[in-house]
Amino acid sequence: MLKKLGAAFGAALIVAAATTAQAAGSISGAGATFPAPVYNKWTEEYKAQTGISLNYQPIGSGGGIKQINASTVDFGASDKPLKPDDLAAGGLAMFPTVVGGVVPVMNLPGIKAGQIRMTGANLADIYRGAIKKWNDPLLAKMNPGVQLPNLPITVVHRSDGSGTTFLFTTYLSMKAQHWASEVGANDAVQWPVGLGGKGNDGVAAFVKQTPGAIGYVEYAYAKQNAMTYALMQNKDGRFVTPDAKNFAAAAANAKWASAPGFYLLLLDQPGPDAWPITGATFILMHTKQADAAKGKEVLSFFDWCYKNGDPAAGQLDYVALPASVKDLIRKSWSKVTGPDGKPVYR
Amino acid sequence: MSDATLPRTAPPIRRANPKGALVAVVFEWLCCGAATMLLVALGWLLFSLVLGGWPALRKFGFGFLTTATWNPVTDVYGAAGPIMGTLVTAALALAIALPIAGGVAFFLTELCPAPLRRPIGTAVELLAGIPSIVYGMWGLFVFAPLFSRFVQLPMMAAAAPGSLLEKLTTGIPNGSGILSASIILAIMILPFMAATLRELLLTVPASVRESAYGLGATTAEVVMSVTLPYVRTGAIGAVMLGLGRALGETMAVTFIIGNSHTFPKSLFDSGSTIASTIANEFTEASTPMHTASLIALGLVLFVITFIVLGLARLMLRNQVAKA
Repeated sequence: MLKKLGAAFGAALIVAAATTAQAAGSISGAGATFPAPVYNKWTEEYKAQTGISLNYQPIGSGGGIKQINASTVDFGASDKPLKPDDLAAGGLAMFPTVVGGVVPVMNLPGIKAGQIRMTGANLADIYRGAIKKWNDPLLAKMNPGVQLPNLPITVVHRSDGSGTTFLFTTYLSMKAQHWASEVGANDAVQWPVGLGGKGNDGVAAFVKQTPGAIGYVEYAYAKQNAMTYALMQNKDGRFVTPDAKNFAAAAANAKWASAPGFYLLLLDQPGPDAWPITGATFILMHTKQADAAKGKEVLSFFDWCYKNGDPAAGQLDYVALPASVKDLIRKSWSKVTGPDGKPVYR
Repeated sequence: MSDATLPRTAPPIRRANPKGALVAVVFEWLCCGAATMLLVALGWLLFSLVLGGWPALRKFGFGFLTTATWNPVTDVYGAAGPIMGTLVTAALALAIALPIAGGVAFFLTELCPAPLRRPIGTAVELLAGIPSIVYGMWGLFVFAPLFSRFVQLPMMAAAAPGSLLEKLTTGIPNGSGILSASIILAIMILPFMAATLRELLLTVPASVRESAYGLGATTAEVVMSVTLPYVRTGAIGAVMLGLGRALGETMAVTFIIGNSHTFPKSLFDSGSTIASTIANEFTEASTPMHTASLIALGLVLFVITFIVLGLARLMLRNQVAKA
């Protein structure tokens, strides 16, 4: 009896696998894990409306770049923008999809969210171990009237290679000469001090469990876990709150039109409300599409996302791009051509 | 069994059964193919690791094994930190798990009331089947806070300035680090080792043990001088398999070890292991040298595991030769 059941179950599995394989779209993408929730939501809604299905595999930005260069996927995704030279070398076009923010979070007994103010230079000093205690004079100067505890600072960073780390370390490099020359910016760096947690949840857990800890996580994590965040000083000198409105402000003030290949970091953008550690996530495609119809399908999908995807992005704590930027992106698609040299998307 | 009885019961005429003969040939080929495939897979794996890691090994040479710089920005890699972390956590885990696993096995075979043997034995085997990521999550969210409060903080407070204890216990008291990872590893390999040891102890013939008891030996004496020597060879194998698992364990360690590539200086210091480093960085390794270095790390782990298994074989052979 059991054997029969097993056989029937096995047969059902095979049938199910065959049907899903059939139903799985001919379009596939792979790359960054940070935008994976919104990409999956979009593909789901897109399929419900148009019947066309896409398959997105969150394997990491590095993997996404490798896969698109090897042409094993129709589009790659990366949190780290490729420089115009690299794009040209790979024959790739790049455009941003959504914007997110990186938030410094901490665990300080008696201190509430938004009570601590910091500059980028302060943050760099903390992360290279120059500021060791919360009541350091440099921090006290920024926070008059706040009773800073006499606690050692425990630095927490990501242990896995991550676009979040790339944004964070690039920001620190911009704000502190020491950081740029001693540590630098990358998906993963040689951290001078501190301990590493795996993923946003790993960092959040270590921060929550260690009084005096400071870490950095994506905005969605800070919000959902109600973590104590710091106010950061932006380019205009104002101390701003990490929230969707202020990420959007950073994205709106950025000069997309003068950025070749949309190579633009949204870090430290001007504007009274701009959150300084903001970043977009990007899609990579070959400019020469071997199959024009397929290239068109990919671009049609992202066109649909720009038109209809903002609410889903908002629900998942991502920030949609401003309308003007979306128009610029659509215009840029003219350089994606089929084998005949004509643009695949019109 | 049936082969042995066949000549006696089968009729005296030779049976010609071409169908059966064909089945036998196919069966032989399939078995041979399965064994060859395994060897080919092993050789291929080793070859790929050497090929993939070659750029890193050529560039950094022997320094890859002895320096503790791991810098993806400048593209300079040295694996001393992860190698040390791997060896220390595996050794500590074994040191913690082995006595407990032995205790569990002896209790189950010698002391446990008969009705409880089966339930406890099953529970031990069940523990061995829990996926490692579950141990990792439990370690990070449940074990770490308790470990910090009841072990790390008291130990750090008790350490006299300048003493060896102080040296061993410097670090961040938040429940993560080398010792925490070792304890989680010990919990993970314990059920596996206990279950194997129990099976081994059950192979000791009752008559041997009963004769020892008959001579007036206590339980401890029976265990020490009769059952343990009887299963020694098998026990070494069980321990080495446990050590093999500890060396290669990835997710549980990644969650709790603190993931710092520096050379670990104390028990509470953050560290990393080879497996955790690969798991952390492989997905986002963007430069060819970074990828090559991670593959070279894999090769190092392969070699370490190979040496451990080789040592186990050697010890087994010596034991067999002595017996």
